[in-house]
Amino acid sequence: MSVATKPAPPAGASSLAQNQLPRYTTQLVLVLSIAAGAGLSALFGGFSIVSFAVLSVLAFLVVNTVLSGVVEGRRKAKDKLVTGLVYTAFGIALVPLVSVIWSVVDNGMARFSIDFLTTSMRNVTGLNDQQALEGTAPFIGGAYHAILGTFLITGLATVISVPIGLLTSVYLVEYGRGRLAKAITFFVDVMTGIPSIVAGLFAAALFAVLFGVGTRNGFAGAVALSVLMIPVVVRSSEEMLRIVPNELREAAYALGVPKWRTIVRVVIPTAISGIASGVTLAIARVVGETAPLIVTAGFTSSINNNPFSDWMMSLPAYVYSQAMRPLSGSSPQPSFDRAWAAALTLILIVMLLNLVARLIARLFAPKTGR
Amino acid sequence: MSKRIDVGDLNVYYGSFLAVEGVSMAIEPRSVTAFIGPSGCGKSTFIRTLNRMHEVIPGARVQGKVLLDGEDLYGPNVDPVTVRRQVGMVFQRPNPFPTMSIRDNVLAGMKLNSTRLSRNDAKDIVERSLRGANLWNEVKDRLDKPGSGLSGGQQQRLCIARAIAVQPDVLLMDEPCSALDPISTLAIEDLIGELKKNYTIVIVTHNMQQAARVSDRTAFFNIAGTGKPGKLIEMDDTTKIFTNPTVKATEDYVSGRFG
Amino acid sequence: MTTTEPPPTERPAVARRPKTRPGDRIFSRSAQVAGILILVILAGVAAFLVREALPTFTADPSEIDGGKGFFSYVWPLVFGTLAAAVIALIVATPLALGIALFISHYAPRRLAQGLGYIVDLLAAIPSVVFGLWGIQWLAPQVQPAWGWLADNLGFIPLFSGPASATGRTMMTAGLVLAVMILPIITAVSREVFLQTPTLHEEAALALGATRWEMIRMAVIPFGRPGIISGIMLGLGRALGETMAVAMVLSTGGFTWSMVTAGNNTIAAEIALDFPESSGLKTNTLIAAGLVLFAITLAVNMFARWIVSRRSEFSGAN
Repeated sequence: MSVATKPAPPAGASSLAQNQLPRYTTQLVLVLSIAAGAGLSALFGGFSIVSFAVLSVLAFLVVNTVLSGVVEGRRKAKDKLVTGLVYTAFGIALVPLVSVIWSVVDNGMARFSIDFLTTSMRNVTGLNDQQALEGTAPFIGGAYHAILGTFLITGLATVISVPIGLLTSVYLVEYGRGRLAKAITFFVDVMTGIPSIVAGLFAAALFAVLFGVGTRNGFAGAVALSVLMIPVVVRSSEEMLRIVPNELREAAYALGVPKWRTIVRVVIPTAISGIASGVTLAIARVVGETAPLIVTAGFTSSINNNPFSDWMMSLPAYVYSQAMRPLSGSSPQPSFDRAWAAALTLILIVMLLNLVARLIARLFAPKTGR
Repeated sequence: MSKRIDVGDLNVYYGSFLAVEGVSMAIEPRSVTAFIGPSGCGKSTFIRTLNRMHEVIPGARVQGKVLLDGEDLYGPNVDPVTVRRQVGMVFQRPNPFPTMSIRDNVLAGMKLNSTRLSRNDAKDIVERSLRGANLWNEVKDRLDKPGSGLSGGQQQRLCIARAIAVQPDVLLMDEPCSALDPISTLAIEDLIGELKKNYTIVIVTHNMQQAARVSDRTAFFNIAGTGKPGKLIEMDDTTKIFTNPTVKATEDYVSGRFG
Repeated sequence: MTTTEPPPTERPAVARRPKTRPGDRIFSRSAQVAGILILVILAGVAAFLVREALPTFTADPSEIDGGKGFFSYVWPLVFGTLAAAVIALIVATPLALGIALFISHYAPRRLAQGLGYIVDLLAAIPSVVFGLWGIQWLAPQVQPAWGWLADNLGFIPLFSGPASATGRTMMTAGLVLAVMILPIITAVSREVFLQTPTLHEEAALALGATRWEMIRMAVIPFGRPGIISGIMLGLGRALGETMAVAMVLSTGGFTWSMVTAGNNTIAAEIALDFPESSGLKTNTLIAAGLVLFAITLAVNMFARWIVSRRSEFSGAN
């Protein structure tokens, strides 16, 4: 390819050797680029992290590629350019992750407290917030009602989704042959792609038809979440049941155990750790769903223990309403603080669920140890 | 406790493919019968029809008769589950239940069917079955440990203990030593010699020396070519098969000229 | 298709049904019922949405929002939905492919799994948190960039000014969506990259290829269908994502410019208006939801179709 442009090796050198940059070149260029980036950034309209990072990366990519192109040839230069780009892509991806986590923790800690977790928004008004900002009254108002609602709605959704999802996966793995199984697999795929807002509209429309227009309660929210949760549960349980070795089923059949007992007593217990962790991840997925709850469960500032009647607040809806409709238009900061604190609570719940899923997978995995 | 098996003109199909054709044989109680033959000749398929385990494979079906002490396994209203309680099976690869302890693995046949057992009965069954499988001395101190923690040979003996715990009449073994080392194989072979005092044993093996060592009678299966059905070529006393077979193909096979 | 007979899992010899045990029958039947229930639910979703959407199409066009009938109401929303999703894809795709390659072929083996987990973490963050982050942190940060675009590239209709002073524009919403679909595209392409047959990779290296040439010769061609389906799945997610747009975008009527306030997506329109809607407006919103469902369905079907075709031309054996 670029053989012609490659300088001939000096006489006496091995024909395998060719011009190569010293190994520390890349590191050296990186350090220099960072310095150059800082300098250039300061030169053009004041130093800022963003322009510093962008200029440093650009400088590094250009210098490293050109240097390699001149000394080592085009192919090597291209390789180095792509390597640089790939590392850059990963670096860029870390920015939103770190920034999201940082802003949630940083802003959320302002109001996050036992008080926040144990009080509701009942009788909290914009006036309280203004007084709190002026320092004449304490900050009040918490997310207890929203946390309670989230647990009730998600719990109900789990109670609906897990039996349906698990039994369906059992059907697909152990019984399903032919058209029905194919149809179910296909439509579970379709269901995975339903936008969450559409699931919410479905539940809203269903309850409007059954119980009258404008019916909003926690149960409607749970139904909407179930539509989103069932396909996830089916998928993960199906995968887990499929990896149970057939030999175990045969061993049970050969002992004269009927098929259903084999499934209930051998197959499911063997896969239970995977199933449980899949279910936990599915819960983690829907616990943060906002859109379907806005159109089904509604908003409220009071504690509601009954998911079957009246509007019910959930954590995501709480974040949304505090951020978008602050109690006091003139001094929105206390509301924003509450939104961040609720977001922190929500992320903690989601992370906890993810952690639990991993622990379950590890602790309840079939023992192989001695 | 031990029953005889009579097979009459049995065909096995996978869908429309005829896998085993026209097998008739008699298997005597309290004896070891070995099935030998080249790979793909239908030995494993055939042994599964003796306790209807072939039905686990989608599309597999059977024509003909299998009589267990005169009762047809394929008669109307015969429940395959009941059949399998009387005809136990041990598989190629040891497959203890990974979620159960050694004790529970032995009792699996009862526990999975929710048979009520007094604590003493359970203890007796565990000890008797594990002694029967020559495993008692090795595991008696760790009955509550998971069965999957044992070595391969121990696991296979655990599976045998599990199979004899439900006191079947017949014990089918599908290449029980093919995944084991020679020492473990020897242990299993000794065990087969002892088990035949109480059970009718049928064993599929690829290892002709093993067939010669453990069995009283040997059946040789063969296929004419790929896509053709497997057939029973010859069945006779083991010594006769290995020294003076009637059919040329059998002689070629046992003397190592093919397969 | 939905026959209630259990499928014959055990085919008896000559038309003799084996006696089935009541336990087996009850259990297999209930498993089957659960499966059928899923079909019923899905049919219900379609039926209820259609039923509730119908009045929109029969009503007098002047009663619909905007006064010119449903289609003139919905097309700007469709445009907004597509525009936000396209911006997200343009930003997310190269990044996601870079990250996927980084994890599969560049990062040290020991690090790779942990890094993959970190990217998956992005997927675990609830969308409302992204929305909050987008409106309170990202929008002010990127506002100067949109201002610059409007000042210098304003002659392109997409960037015509004046830029929004708050930064709550389609571009910002698209960026938030990009962050949200990044993990999906990354996860799918990472999987296919890792599945590249080592034999192909070594063949390329043995021909004297550099790492990039090896990736271009062996990894990318093998993974192309996977990459495309990952992008399609990401697109499906971006089209249906609600909260990020509903919170970040300062909504308004149709405009070509992506750096000013204005435009809206179907999902965000529903989330913003549905809680306070009544009568015909509710029906209109549900009809819009149906349109969204149809669009995402088509995109997802296309993605699955590509995956199913994959085995034919992947060259794996």
